[in-house]
Amino acid sequence: MNSTAQRLLPLMALGLLLALAVQLGAVSIQAVDWLRPPWGDEAATGSSYVLWQLRLPRLLLAASVGAALGLAGALSQALFRNPMADPGLLGVTSGAAAAVALTLTVFASAQFALPPAWRIWLLPAVGFVGALGVCFALNRLARWLAPGSIAALLLSGLAIQALTFAVVGLCSYLANDEQLRAISFWTLGSLAGANWTMAVVMGVVLAAMAALGLRLAPRLNALALGEAAAAHVGVDVQRLRGLAIAAVALLSALAVAWCGSIGFIGLMAPHLARQLVGADQRDVLPSSMLAGALLLVLADTLARTLAVPAEIPVGIFSALIGAPWFLFLLRGALRRMGTV
Amino acid sequence: MALPTANAATPLRLISIGGALTELVYALDAQRSLVGVDSTSLYPAAAQALPIVGYARTLAAEGLLSLNPSLIVATEDAGPPAVLRQLDAAGVPLQVLAAEHRFEGLIDRTRKLGALLGRAAPAHALAVRLTADWQASLDTVQRLSAGRPAPRVLFILAHGMNQMRIAGQGTAADAMVAYAGGRNALRHVAGYKPLTPEAVIAAAPDVILATEQGLQAAGGVDGLLKLPGLAQTPAGRARRVIAPEAMALLGFGPRLPQAMSALAHGLFAA
Repeated sequence: MNSTAQRLLPLMALGLLLALAVQLGAVSIQAVDWLRPPWGDEAATGSSYVLWQLRLPRLLLAASVGAALGLAGALSQALFRNPMADPGLLGVTSGAAAAVALTLTVFASAQFALPPAWRIWLLPAVGFVGALGVCFALNRLARWLAPGSIAALLLSGLAIQALTFAVVGLCSYLANDEQLRAISFWTLGSLAGANWTMAVVMGVVLAAMAALGLRLAPRLNALALGEAAAAHVGVDVQRLRGLAIAAVALLSALAVAWCGSIGFIGLMAPHLARQLVGADQRDVLPSSMLAGALLLVLADTLARTLAVPAEIPVGIFSALIGAPWFLFLLRGALRRMGTV
Repeated sequence: MALPTANAATPLRLISIGGALTELVYALDAQRSLVGVDSTSLYPAAAQALPIVGYARTLAAEGLLSLNPSLIVATEDAGPPAVLRQLDAAGVPLQVLAAEHRFEGLIDRTRKLGALLGRAAPAHALAVRLTADWQASLDTVQRLSAGRPAPRVLFILAHGMNQMRIAGQGTAADAMVAYAGGRNALRHVAGYKPLTPEAVIAAAPDVILATEQGLQAAGGVDGLLKLPGLAQTPAGRARRVIAPEAMALLGFGPRLPQAMSALAHGLFAA
């Protein structure tokens, strides 16, 4: 396959999938609904409302969150030089989970201090702060333990994860029945609450971080040879690490804040990308975004259409589609390397 | 939000979120208005033939809107909040009817639902009947418990062999036990807590209360009594296990008076 086709094919696949997904759903969409955008006065009801205020923002959010998770996963794997790494190793998901669990149980009464209209932003805000907080605390801790060592970062990440799981466990123990169910549904992840604000914020952050990622790509390529080798060719590993962590934290904190924890995409999208385009980070980063977007849009479309009028948690599908695909690719890759 | 009023010109299209509310809709003979129910609406069985919009906490706006509802009634655990806001923005009235664990809460809900469905007169009749039945159930409890110590009752919520929880203060089960003349064997604990052998032995229940569905999941009375600690309690030694249908026992719906007197008969059977 030549490289232009290599680049265009996944993009076309994503476009096709989005065009198909926007037609699918519990409510049938007519062509005329496209002509009645929500800023008209009588558009607030019926199928045009569903199209413009529910389905479109949700699709765009799914695509941008999927891309953000893919990019965050690719950056993590490049940073840790480990194909098993995902943004979760930086404590982002577990930090958000701990903050959300604390808010739902121990500080459950705090939400009543807020005006009702603000309450739906409480969990996203808390999740975002928790994710960033734990991630940066982890970074400081690792630097204090062993300055500059990426292995220290990895190991502190595992310890911090155990700690935050203990917090979630304690909250689950203290929770009443409803709080317990609220925690468990948050951890399943969902895009059901999508609106234009979320989609636009996610898109803007994604664009900024994608630009940053592409600027870091040559230095990440150098890092693949090892920290010492990268330093020899003039890469400031400390600075690279700081920037990469900031990008991963911002992307996945925002994703987890809007949608709860959606596993597996951050781990898998970079693998799919490397299968398609090889190991050069300048290709891997954008391809990972595409793969992530494809995967999440597909998973979410299944989640919201298979059990109409009900909905199945999206995390189930991202793993259900992703895992077999991943294993299939892995088999091919291992055969080629001659390791089996 | 203005309350919708039912009239003959535009028939009501109702979605009921919550098993006890669906039961009330049927008790008010308003089931013709129902176009969808949630997954906890298991009683009466006819409700499950309607489109099921999923679990009350994981509703999806588009799925609900596809049923073209003119009114949604829900218990307070309906969610997630973002979806409720989407429904509000779509102009579908959503009425949350609180489910307190009190008989007065049931009467309150019956009247509110009657008003919403344009069936105030049947709702009044139902409320009168429920109140009379409730009084009879209270008399039964009085009669059965006269001169006898209140039995210590431990409620076990089972979702399978490894997921057993026991009910402390402030739960629906706690309220039912108190109404039926028993007392909760777990006195210093609030909410549902994981079952541990020591907690069970310390609670020393005279009767174990479960639900029909829970007892099935636990493998019947024999399976339940195999749980560590349970066989050592007075209830375990006497094999005193009561397991009513879950929604009748815990839903605080229209079957409340019957469920309560049946529970009282169970508690004071020996």
